[in-house]
Amino acid sequence: MATVSVRQYHRGGFSFENCKRNALLEADINKLGFSSPAARKTGTTICGVVYKDGVVLGADTRATEGMVVADKNCSKIHYISPNVYCCGAGTAADTEMTTQIISSNLELHSLSTGRLPRVATANRMLKQMLFRYQGYIGAALVLGGVDSTGPQLYSIYPHGSTDKLPYVTMGSGSLAAMAVFEDRYKPNMEEEEAKRLVRDAIAAGIFNDLGSGSNIDLCVITKGKVDYLRPHDVANKKGVRTGNYRYKHGTTGVLTKAVTPLNLEVVEESVQTMDTS
Amino acid sequence: MLQLCLTVHTFFNLAVITFFYFSRKSASFYTSIMAVEFEGGVVIGADSRTTTGAYIANRVTDKLTPIHERIFCCRSGSAADTQAIADAVTYQLGFHSIELDEAPLVQTAASLFREMCYRYREELMAGIIVAGWDPRRGGQVYTVPVGGMMTRQPVSVGGSGSSYIYGYVDSNYRAGMSKEECLKFTAEALTLAMERDGSSGGVVRLAVVSEQGVERQVILGNQLPKFSTV
Repeated sequence: MATVSVRQYHRGGFSFENCKRNALLEADINKLGFSSPAARKTGTTICGVVYKDGVVLGADTRATEGMVVADKNCSKIHYISPNVYCCGAGTAADTEMTTQIISSNLELHSLSTGRLPRVATANRMLKQMLFRYQGYIGAALVLGGVDSTGPQLYSIYPHGSTDKLPYVTMGSGSLAAMAVFEDRYKPNMEEEEAKRLVRDAIAAGIFNDLGSGSNIDLCVITKGKVDYLRPHDVANKKGVRTGNYRYKHGTTGVLTKAVTPLNLEVVEESVQTMDTS
Repeated sequence: MLQLCLTVHTFFNLAVITFFYFSRKSASFYTSIMAVEFEGGVVIGADSRTTTGAYIANRVTDKLTPIHERIFCCRSGSAADTQAIADAVTYQLGFHSIELDEAPLVQTAASLFREMCYRYREELMAGIIVAGWDPRRGGQVYTVPVGGMMTRQPVSVGGSGSSYIYGYVDSNYRAGMSKEECLKFTAEALTLAMERDGSSGGVVRLAVVSEQGVERQVILGNQLPKFSTV
């Protein structure tokens, strides 16, 4: 009896079948009267700058769900390794999970090599993961850090392309922030000047972009030291109410008063002791 | 440890996710790239613009990517796709070169690009010019446009800006130009392309690859050759 062997196609990689289904559903769902669930996004302003001794990363702190602010003080600067931090724009869950996955892998890698991880390694890992998912992971990242080769800054796009630059901005407020950078960036700035520049760039995003707002977080990374300044600047303080809506007793006159006592009988009473040991 | 895109089966995206309020596109190099052979090596050049929709994401991009010591590629099309392909081919070529214990041929590099660009032609958008020098055949230019064909040409242009300079290149190219003449020819052709193509601009990056190695130069915006002020 002859055995027929069929050549199995290599079934590697991620299956994008459901993406096709989702696209069709999204097109039809409005006709049925439902609305597709809105992902929480960080319509954001994030930026980074390389200065004399290291990098300064900055981010706003607003997270939106559609047109509603879901979180007024969320943290967009994520830890990757002791010398590498990453700001994330795009879908909040995607940036959070992606940075956590790469942070874990980088720690294992660092234990394996016995060295402090390099920014370029984190960049490679992030770009290869995002390319594998062909842009469906909506994470736009600004990766910065200092390693043995010096301070470096990368911008990483959701489809997996990266750019290594001295100053980068991402997110919906990136145009406003880039305008500030293009005007005032100089190579080899001092730390205070760099922090002021990043603060102003994020402020430009906060005040000129609806998707960005609240406070400004900064992260200053130098060789051997990281300053995570959260918040560095409370750009939007909640206003103090100037008026008081409490009325004194007797403001409203009482015309009539009718009291009806409710006679309640205890039908059943049971006590359950809670184990508090 | 290296995660390669070699065995990834991807499906063509029907849905584009919007997360930027101003654009829905991925970063692309709709660009101007060019490579010319001369006696003893090749001259390659590119503009420096990367766009996401109408916004210039990077105005100083380096699209001339080293694949090996004396082999470069000029990238056009989707930034993510070409970066991933170039990384994969760099790895494969490096491995092959160590196995062979000698410098790889430019034709090998071009074949590796062709293999990947043709196999995944439905999923990729990449137009690549492979150029370099090897001891066997000297300076060579191979073009691997979208779709995955590969052919050797003495001079090759690519990217969206190339449409505007075919006439200039065809009329001004002569066989047997010197290195300086090739540099001037490339710089002028790319300047004309950048002048007319909205997706190309920034600075002109040039590189000369020859037996002696690689010499890179940058021509800034205000130093570009001037043509008639129309």
